[in-house]
Amino acid sequence: MQKKQKFILLTLGLVLVVVSIVALGMGAYHIPPADILRMLTQKLHFGSAGGVHNMHEDVLFEIRMPRLLLGLLVGAALGISGAAIQGIFRNPLAEPGLIGISSGASLFAVLIIAFETFLFTSLAAWIGYYILAFGAFVGAGLTAFLVYRIASKNGRPNVTTMLLAGIAINAFAGALTGLMTYMSTEQQLRTITFWMLGSLGGATCDNLRALAPFILIPVLILPFFGKSLNAFSLGELQADLLGMRTDRVKRWVVVLSTLAVGASVAVSGIIGFVGLIVPHTVRLMGGADHRFVLPGSLLLGALVLTLADVIARVAVAPIELPIGVITALLGTPVFLYILIKDK
Amino acid sequence: MLRVEKINYEVNGRKLLKDITFQVRKGEILAILGANGAGKSTLMGVLCGEKKPDSGAVHLNGKALSTYEPAALAKCRALLSQQQQMTLSFKVEEIVLMGRYPHYRNTPKQQDYKIVAETMELCGVSAFAERDFLSLSGGEQQRVHLARILAQIWDNPDALLLLDEPISALDLHYQQKVLAIARALARKGFMVVLIVHDVNFAAMYADRILMLKNGRKLFHGTPVEVLAQKEIYTIFSVESSVIMNPRTLKPYVQLEEMDIDLD
Repeated sequence: MQKKQKFILLTLGLVLVVVSIVALGMGAYHIPPADILRMLTQKLHFGSAGGVHNMHEDVLFEIRMPRLLLGLLVGAALGISGAAIQGIFRNPLAEPGLIGISSGASLFAVLIIAFETFLFTSLAAWIGYYILAFGAFVGAGLTAFLVYRIASKNGRPNVTTMLLAGIAINAFAGALTGLMTYMSTEQQLRTITFWMLGSLGGATCDNLRALAPFILIPVLILPFFGKSLNAFSLGELQADLLGMRTDRVKRWVVVLSTLAVGASVAVSGIIGFVGLIVPHTVRLMGGADHRFVLPGSLLLGALVLTLADVIARVAVAPIELPIGVITALLGTPVFLYILIKDK
Repeated sequence: MLRVEKINYEVNGRKLLKDITFQVRKGEILAILGANGAGKSTLMGVLCGEKKPDSGAVHLNGKALSTYEPAALAKCRALLSQQQQMTLSFKVEEIVLMGRYPHYRNTPKQQDYKIVAETMELCGVSAFAERDFLSLSGGEQQRVHLARILAQIWDNPDALLLLDEPISALDLHYQQKVLAIARALARKGFMVVLIVHDVNFAAMYADRILMLKNGRKLFHGTPVEVLAQKEIYTIFSVESSVIMNPRTLKPYVQLEEMDIDLD
C-alpha cells in the first residue's frame, strides 16, 4: 500500500474516534466530552464514576453507547460490503441491494408487520421486534441465495446473469411489498414506512450482542479479498489466469456481504446510498486498489453513519428523523460535489 | 514444450475445434492464421487452460494442463486476451504490478518492482506509470496489458506466451515492436503462440504457421511451406500472388485487389 493510502486510512481512523466520542455526548441530553472521557477510562478500570453525574452514566452506557456501536457496525457493514460487491461486479454502480438483499429483507419484514395482528397478537412487543429482525435476515439470505442459484451454471456463477436476476427478483419482491402495503392498516403503514427509511433506534445491549458476530466476522474477513478483487477488475478470465480461484472468491464475497448487510437491515431497516457512495468516495480519495478501498470503506461507512445518526437525533430534537432520509439527503449533494469537482 | 493432442471442443453441439494436433518447441514462435470464426480464439482458450477440451489433451512441459494448480500454472503461461473493458480507475503501474500477483503474497519484492520497470520500459509505457489507465488510448491500454502479462512470466524462460491479436489496436511502429519483442523472448527460450491477421507479419516473425478453417487444422509448416497462393485462397478466399523476398528469403504475399459491383 502506498504511503498516501496508509495516511488516509490512519486519518479516517482518528476522525472516527473523535467523532464517536463527540457523538456520545450529543442529543437531547448533553454530556460534555471531558465527562465522557472520564467515564470511559473509569469504566475500563472497573471503578464507578466518582464525581460524575449519575444521570450522565445511565444515559451514556444504557442509551448512547449501544446506539453508537450499532451505528459503527452497520456503517462498517454497508461500506465494506458495497466495496466488495462493486469489485465482484466490476461496476462502480453496483451495491449490495443489487443482489436482492434489501428487497428480500423488506418483503419479509413487511409480511411480518402486515400479518402480525393475527399471528402474534398474544406475543409481547419485544418478541415481535425479534421476529421482525429475524424474518428480515432470513428474507435477505433467501433472495440473495435465489439470485445466486439462478445465475450459476455447473456451480459457476455468472456475474452478468447475477445482475439481471437481481434486478428481476428486486422488482418481484418490490411488487409483493407494494401489494402488502396496499392491504395494510394505517398503523401498519406507519411501521412499514419507518422501517423502510431506517433507524438506529432499536439499539440495546441485547440486540448488539446478537448482531455483532454476524457483522464482525464478515467485516473482518472481507479485507483479505483485496488482491483477488484487484485481479477481478482485469476481467474474470485474467483473474483466473493469474491463479485466483474466481468462483470461490465470488461465492465468499456474496455470502459474507449478505451476512453483514442482511444482519444490518434486520436491526436498523433499510439505509440507502451508503453502500454505493462510500466506496466510490474512498476510491476518489486514494485510488482503486481494493487493499485500500476495502478497509477505507469500512472506516468511512462507520464514520458516515455515526454522523448521520447524530444529525437524525439532533436536527429537530426531540423528534428523531429516519436515518435513511439523512444519508440520502446529505449524501447526495456531497457526492455530486465530489463528482463535479473530479470531472 | 507444448504438446497439443487430438483436441476436440464443442459448445451446444457445435464443433468449434476438430481433432487438432500440433507441438511448439522451446524458443519457437507459432502463428495461427484463419478467417473470422475459424476457431482461433477458441484454440487460445484451450491452450491457456480456460476451456476444457471434450477430448484430447494439452501438455505443457510434460505435464497435462488440467493437472496444474492454478497458482503454479499462472507462473508458466500468460495470455494477452482481446481487449477487456476495465471500469475502475487503477494507475498504470498498479495494473502492470498485478502481473506479479502469482509471485508474491502480500507485498511485492524488490525483484517484482524491477521486472515491472523492465517490461514497462520495453512496451513503451514507462511514461504513463502514474497515469489513470482509463485515460489512455486503446493502443496504449493494449501495451499496458502486454507489459502486465510479460511481467507475469518474465523470469521463467520455460513459459508459454499466448498472444490473441496482440497488434490489432497498435500503430505501425508498435505492431512491429510487439512482434519483435515476441521474437526476442523466443530467443531466450519462451514458447510463443500468437494470432495475427496479417499474413506478411506471420511470414516475417513466425517460425511455423498453423492455418485453421472451420475448426480444423488444414495446413501446418514453415512460412515457406504453407504460404502459397492455393493455401491462402483455401483459408481466406482471396486471390494473391506470393513472391520470395530476395533479401530475407521469406515469402511475401501480394493481395489482388478485390472489386465489388453493387448493381
